[in-house]
Amino acid sequence: MSRHISYREALREALRESLQTDPRVFLMGEDVGCYGGTYAVSKGLLEEFGPERVRDTPLSELGFVGAGIGAALGGMRPIVEVMTVNFSLLALDPIVNSAAMLHHMSGGQFSVPLVIRMATGAGRQVAAQHSNSFEGWYAHVPGLRVLSPATVEDARGMLRAALADPDPVLIFEHAQLYNSEGELPDDETAALDIASARVRRSGSDVSLITHGGSLPKALQAAEQLATQGIAAEVIDLRVLRPLDDATVMASVRKCRRAVLVDEAWRSGSLAAELMARIAEQAFFDLDAPLARVCSEEVPIPYPRHLEEAALPQVDKIVAAVQALMGVGA
Amino acid sequence: MSKMKVPKPPSGPVPWGKPLAHAMLADMLRIRRMEERAAELYGQQKIRGFLHLYIGEEAVATGVLRALTPDDNVVATYREHGHALLRGVGMPAIMAEMFGKRDGCSRGRGGSMHLFDRASRFYGGQAIVGGGLPLAAGLALADKLGGRRALTACFFGEGAVAEGAFHEAMNLAMLWQLPVLFCCENNLYAMGTALARSESQTDLCAKAASYGTATVSVDGMDVVEVHQTALRAAAQVREHGRPVFLELRTFRYRAHSMFDPELYRAREEVEAWKTRGPIHTYTARLKAQGSLSEAEFLALDAAAQAEVDAAVAFAEGSDWEPVADLLRDVHSAQGVQ
Repeated sequence: MSRHISYREALREALRESLQTDPRVFLMGEDVGCYGGTYAVSKGLLEEFGPERVRDTPLSELGFVGAGIGAALGGMRPIVEVMTVNFSLLALDPIVNSAAMLHHMSGGQFSVPLVIRMATGAGRQVAAQHSNSFEGWYAHVPGLRVLSPATVEDARGMLRAALADPDPVLIFEHAQLYNSEGELPDDETAALDIASARVRRSGSDVSLITHGGSLPKALQAAEQLATQGIAAEVIDLRVLRPLDDATVMASVRKCRRAVLVDEAWRSGSLAAELMARIAEQAFFDLDAPLARVCSEEVPIPYPRHLEEAALPQVDKIVAAVQALMGVGA
Repeated sequence: MSKMKVPKPPSGPVPWGKPLAHAMLADMLRIRRMEERAAELYGQQKIRGFLHLYIGEEAVATGVLRALTPDDNVVATYREHGHALLRGVGMPAIMAEMFGKRDGCSRGRGGSMHLFDRASRFYGGQAIVGGGLPLAAGLALADKLGGRRALTACFFGEGAVAEGAFHEAMNLAMLWQLPVLFCCENNLYAMGTALARSESQTDLCAKAASYGTATVSVDGMDVVEVHQTALRAAAQVREHGRPVFLELRTFRYRAHSMFDPELYRAREEVEAWKTRGPIHTYTARLKAQGSLSEAEFLALDAAAQAEVDAAVAFAEGSDWEPVADLLRDVHSAQGVQ
């Protein structure tokens, strides 16, 4: 048995469950209460749980993320919603210099059991300052765990696992996914694993390695490639830190070719890190150079045709695979 | 250069019985002697990195921390040796931490700027200016949501009031009615930048008051005034469950850190402020009213020196962590990796 559900509803169910089951949990962020959440994820929760536990904050990312860290130190289990990753740059200091480092700096005395959720990604014509994909930056930092749920199952399940983690966990929700729908299995065990990548489609010719909002694109590309006789395997990273090298390498060793798909800019991206790891660990298993499809190195422009041209797209992924396979378009 | 308008030294009767009066003096002497030795040890390269001394400012931590209870939280800055000591972190553990040894209060991982202690609810040791203020608001929020009566004392320098973190934390604390005692240690210089050279409004209480917070400014060189005021302010925080902003006007006698050549202030200014020294003026007041003999002073000082000697011996004898343990404590033990 399974249930059909939207990504947004799955997130809301997870929030509701955590607020119901753990009195230490509270949600805070800009417009999470009266407005119902910028992406309507927390709609109805204020009425259900009251303003102490569904707490609207001022536009004060540095302040309320820091306060979330303090509340976590003080024994609570805060879920802090930062409206989008773009605004999280105003809270880089508390996230990196405090949340990620306090456990180590205190010689293991203090833990920061904090969950920070934020929307990420482009594709809605909201222009440069609202279209960034910085999850890879956060995945650079020791002390953080970085999650990227791309399915309704992970949207529903990962929050519980994140709250059970004694250390800070960042959850990136791609803005294009909120309206997506899928089947939610009754057995949620798989989504509670926040250490592993997952094979979302099996194949034997090329590994498409991706996460978040690029997963649907990679799956569509794999579908198209199948009609051309190319069996693409699609790996959903799910966890951007720590990276699950074992699943990635097993796929690459089987397919002997790999294309990374990452909505971040190419230079210094998570795709670059994965390519380096594959080169370090599976170089002699490769039959072709590694390839990647990333965003073009330009602030994301407003007009639809330029925005589409800037981002990874299905046709670009297909073309990258064809080039690796020596197949003409 | 700032003008040399130095107020009169603290004076007048000390309204305490001998036990408390002597304990306050002992606290200040313990900080002073510990840090004088730390400066020497820095010269001997036993302590490395940044070392920020509190010498001259001892009355602030002494007067405020004695107004707190064990259930309260303390958040401090990178100039926090004295706060940690008086909060109850043992001097041996502090000294070992400055050495970078395994028996340090943060396992040697933090050093001088990152003293932490769970047992005494001492939350650092925060070395990003202003960074501790939002954390303090969050700790107070946790106490409020948990129905506890504790308060969070947050120490920061006047340099922090230029940071957005100060304004965001003040707003949150007042908006949400959080029990935070904001303790602004105004020593007039943010590293080398005088207050008037960095702030359009140099009345720090006016800044805090703009958030509707109760404010009070005291002579931070006078441990009597600091303590009496901190007691009232702490009671106010507890009673009303909302923040109070305390400005403690003080002066740092030593350089900002051991790397600082002090080009930004005149020697005469430092010397003039030394006439207001928190330890010798307080000692003189106690002696004048017959609450302290020279022998008693020498005994307190000798005890402080002995404690320092023992702490240094402990730090010297403590082991280095093995390099094999380099990656420990990045994540909590029950977490993955």
